[in-house]
Amino acid sequence: MTKLSTKHLLGIKNITTEDIHLIFQTADNFKEVINRPIKKVPSLRDITIANIFFENSTRTKLSFELAEKRLSADVVNFSASSSSVKKGETLVDTVNNILAMKVDMVVMRHPNPGACVHLARHIDCSIINAGDGAHEHPTQALLDAYSLREKLGDLTGKKILIVGDILHSRVALSNIFCLQKLGAEVRVCGPATLIPKHIEALGVKVMMNLKEALMWCDVANMLRIQLERQDIQYFPSLREYTLQYGLSSRLLKEIGKDDLIIMHPGPINRGVEITTDIADGKHSIILEQVENGVAVRMAVLYLLAGQTKTA
Amino acid sequence: MEERTLLTNKALNYTLDRLAFEVYEQHVDFSNLALISIQPRGLPLGKRIVEKLSALVPDQKILHGALDVTFYRDDFRRREEVLVPSATDLDFSIEGKEIILIDDVLFTGRTVRSAMDALLDYGRPKNVELLTLIDRRFSRELPVQPDYTGRIVDVVKAERVKVEWTDDDSNNRVILFSSDQ
Repeated sequence: MTKLSTKHLLGIKNITTEDIHLIFQTADNFKEVINRPIKKVPSLRDITIANIFFENSTRTKLSFELAEKRLSADVVNFSASSSSVKKGETLVDTVNNILAMKVDMVVMRHPNPGACVHLARHIDCSIINAGDGAHEHPTQALLDAYSLREKLGDLTGKKILIVGDILHSRVALSNIFCLQKLGAEVRVCGPATLIPKHIEALGVKVMMNLKEALMWCDVANMLRIQLERQDIQYFPSLREYTLQYGLSSRLLKEIGKDDLIIMHPGPINRGVEITTDIADGKHSIILEQVENGVAVRMAVLYLLAGQTKTA
Repeated sequence: MEERTLLTNKALNYTLDRLAFEVYEQHVDFSNLALISIQPRGLPLGKRIVEKLSALVPDQKILHGALDVTFYRDDFRRREEVLVPSATDLDFSIEGKEIILIDDVLFTGRTVRSAMDALLDYGRPKNVELLTLIDRRFSRELPVQPDYTGRIVDVVKAERVKVEWTDDDSNNRVILFSSDQ
């Protein structure tokens, strides 16, 4: 018997290593559940969860919704494009109105960093961050680390490389926190314009040459170039980016590592950061990541809901 | 906290023998039977019943699985801490099988209720029976009765019954803890 150290999941930064292990241990059991003929348990049957998405999402939203439904929770969905946010309502007002309809938990994605922290200060219910701007995306980091733990066992001392648009990536930041808490060594690789200043302060080494970086690592997490967040031109052209930082089978052959693990948080720009044959090849664990996503999110929802007591 | 032994190692062993015989008497043919232990405390009991049965009928294979009921409990969000689940281990189909659920102490009946829900999510068994080592018959909150009982114990709610197993079966015992007023 034990519980998480927090009431919300706002970021990996403010949870403990014990929390991460507890989530993984619980996720193991939910993975068994989602591989059964009847993929559903009644644990959250008296809970209502609002999925509030102020930014587009397919995978994360679907994954959360499936996780909620497999725990028998009632689910309401809300997306900003079809709401009163356009009419000028504030975030706290919007969410308070939803809570007035007796919702117990909120899963939120928002384009502004810290939106979930702001909400947690003003609202009395459990909040799960499903991505806030370029800040954190905790459940993605948890499912990435969980997938790696399945492949590699204990992550202590494992070498993990994050490649691409680190500057605009919430996945990168959450992954760095999560993997470091589990004892892994993390380095980043990408064009200098897309590496945040002072990233060394997090204990992360920057590598400029992709081939050298791949020689070093056990795992390469290939991030998507987030063109929608890039307000200025960070590199001359996509073609040039691909030549310098794209992963192709030719490059993989040159490195000659048979046990290298390739990850991608999706959605993939095929032929930009990663070629089709690699994405679908034997090194890739991209689809395992998606499967584990549901189990890990079920674990997070279950553990947080368990702390909200009835009456 | 006062401590009293309800079953010594020797007595417990006789009880296990009798339980195995009762199961054998009811079923004889084990080809369609499966024993399923409720996690976590039904597992050591289930293992010993299976050992006894295997000694009785060495030529028959006895199916034994473990079922975790954490996600089906009715006290979720009603207790201080979240319960961490154990593993479910069922490497056979329960469809059409005769099932015996196994747990060490039958108390309120709520665990057995959740176990039945959990079990039915894996398929439709032919029938389900219940085997418990200890039956605290005056503490029931749901209408559940065991088919095979090791020992009936009449104790008040505040008292605790605990089954202790040692790996080499040298000092298994059942103890009653009574609270001092």
